[in-house]
Amino acid sequence: MSMVLLDVRNVKLYYTTTKGIVKAVDNISFELDEGETLAIVGESGSGKSTLAKLLVRVWERNVSLVDGEIYLEGKEILHMPEEEFRREIRWKRIAMVPQASMNALNPVIKIGDQMTEPLLLQGTGKDEALKMAMDALESVGLPRDLVNRYPHQLSGGMKQRVIIAMSIMAHPKVVILDEPTSALDVITQANIMNLLKKLKWEYKLSYIFITHDLSLASELADSVAIMYAGKLVEIGGAEDIYTNPSHPYTQGLISSVPTLRTDKTLSFIPGEVPSLINPPSGCRFHPRCPFYKDRDYLKGLCDEKEPPMVELEGKASRKHLVACWLYK
Amino acid sequence: MPGVFEDTPWVRKDSLVIAHRLRTYYTIKPGLFAKPRYVKAVDDISLSIDRGITLAIVGESGSGKTTLGRTLIRLLEPISGEVYFDGNDITHMKEEELKKIGFRRRVSMVFQDPYSSLNPFHSIHFILEEPLMVQGISMKEREERIYRALEEVKLTPPEDFVNKYPHMLSGGQRQRVAIARAIITDPDYIVADEPVSMLDASIRVEILTILKDIQQRHKMAFMYITHDISTAKYFSDYILIMYAGQFAEYGPFRDVVKNPLHPYAQSLIEAIPDPDPSNRLRERKVAPGEPPNLANPPTGCRFHPRCPYAMDICKKQEPPVVEARPGVFVKCWLYVKR
Repeated sequence: MSMVLLDVRNVKLYYTTTKGIVKAVDNISFELDEGETLAIVGESGSGKSTLAKLLVRVWERNVSLVDGEIYLEGKEILHMPEEEFRREIRWKRIAMVPQASMNALNPVIKIGDQMTEPLLLQGTGKDEALKMAMDALESVGLPRDLVNRYPHQLSGGMKQRVIIAMSIMAHPKVVILDEPTSALDVITQANIMNLLKKLKWEYKLSYIFITHDLSLASELADSVAIMYAGKLVEIGGAEDIYTNPSHPYTQGLISSVPTLRTDKTLSFIPGEVPSLINPPSGCRFHPRCPFYKDRDYLKGLCDEKEPPMVELEGKASRKHLVACWLYK
Repeated sequence: MPGVFEDTPWVRKDSLVIAHRLRTYYTIKPGLFAKPRYVKAVDDISLSIDRGITLAIVGESGSGKTTLGRTLIRLLEPISGEVYFDGNDITHMKEEELKKIGFRRRVSMVFQDPYSSLNPFHSIHFILEEPLMVQGISMKEREERIYRALEEVKLTPPEDFVNKYPHMLSGGQRQRVAIARAIITDPDYIVADEPVSMLDASIRVEILTILKDIQQRHKMAFMYITHDISTAKYFSDYILIMYAGQFAEYGPFRDVVKNPLHPYAQSLIEAIPDPDPSNRLRERKVAPGEPPNLANPPTGCRFHPRCPYAMDICKKQEPPVVEARPGVFVKCWLYVKR
């Protein structure tokens, strides 16, 4: 049995907006083992990026509530002083590849200076920081002298490699990848996924891989968590989720994914993702759920009471959990 | 036996839409007195699309697929080659002449981004009515057609939608309005440029199903431009794979996808994951590097710097297009009998 590296318990993050409170992440718990990759899959507005921001404690100013606990190797990190988190945890223990960050590279600062900045702020010496940056560039398949170049001299795929190099530079345990290949072409995407696999094996990294794409998730995921409207609806080993999806939303999502090599009839989930300001009562998926429509005994249950997390029998070593009244 | 072009035997002369050795370049002027340079966005592309047939144009960003689509509906004018529509040579026709042959009515387009392709100040009713007003169709018929189009894209009941504005609709609903607008003039030919790439997975399939239904019911010639072969699979009959502005491979969709011949096509197809948990245990064998800058493309075959099979000749000479398998055409030296 491998060790639990990250233990996330009942975390919540709400935003205040002019229209009301947005419950972007609402009571989510999961564990991440050492060396494990957990893919968090959800559509836009499911709260998956907010969850990523919660884990590295970078969030927007309009946050009205942050609650719950996150333990990294047994130590609570969500409520520790920001100064301590910045010095000891961010970059060093938990690093992040934020969404579309390759476009956030500063165009007038050399790659090397941008890469070493967080290390210098943490008190690493200048020469050592530069060496760490060059080592990191090398391990993502880029030349060491790239530190002297500017972002506009690089292609999209190279910029994304620089961002990945930055994330692993300080040898973190956990790397959070938020849509690391969005806006890249398919072949470049495949090259980046190959790189992420290689880094994972080489450095025994744990990834939290945030994506909307179930096919892409299977490129890295040992385990998969499915989010819907701010809630975790299903989590389990990749084999269980892909071959035995149990939550009606997961089932709908999987049958809507086009496949190239196999023939299957595609279907779709009618309706739209609900607003997180005023989400449906009970199970947030019930207005779109085909089972709720068909089965009378679910009336008064799914639409009123929040579903419990039920453990299903699974093949993988990770527990297969589903938040659905069908299995109670 | 209907004729084909001799130099491009995959192009049939009796098709509704024909492009023959098409080249569309953009000009860039580096300085006031400097010699202009060209970005060869579409460089020698030939194809034909029959009524009732969908051709998928697949390529990465910068491969020229959007430029090709826009040239084929004459939003752009090519610098050489010919474009034919229903027997008319429309390559260099002026806008008035295009209107005279009914080209603008018989052709329409669905764009990628439903957030920017609909005017936010216009109601759905007006967005759909405008193309009909231009054609001088009576008010009674306009109303009928608007309701019918909304029903076809499954925005029902239509009276709930006609008075809304784009911002009141979700992304999927907006894209359906864009499709309704494209079909309202009852066109013979539709170009859809990445119509589902901005939408979430669960909505994507719904839009694809609607497009497929419409295409089959109206027997239109359909051009589906995309970077995503797996969505194209659901309603494409033929596929043309482009690389760096040029032809790479053409043939029946399933045949090409199952057994691609061009090294670029092989890489492109290998790069696409299907949802399968065993993917995480293997590395994908794809070409390294990224597509070239089209202002200064590589000599010879444009794919040679990334190609695992590159030979000497690939660096020096542009490959010809050959029929490597019955019906499958490839622009690659590997398949040239020498």
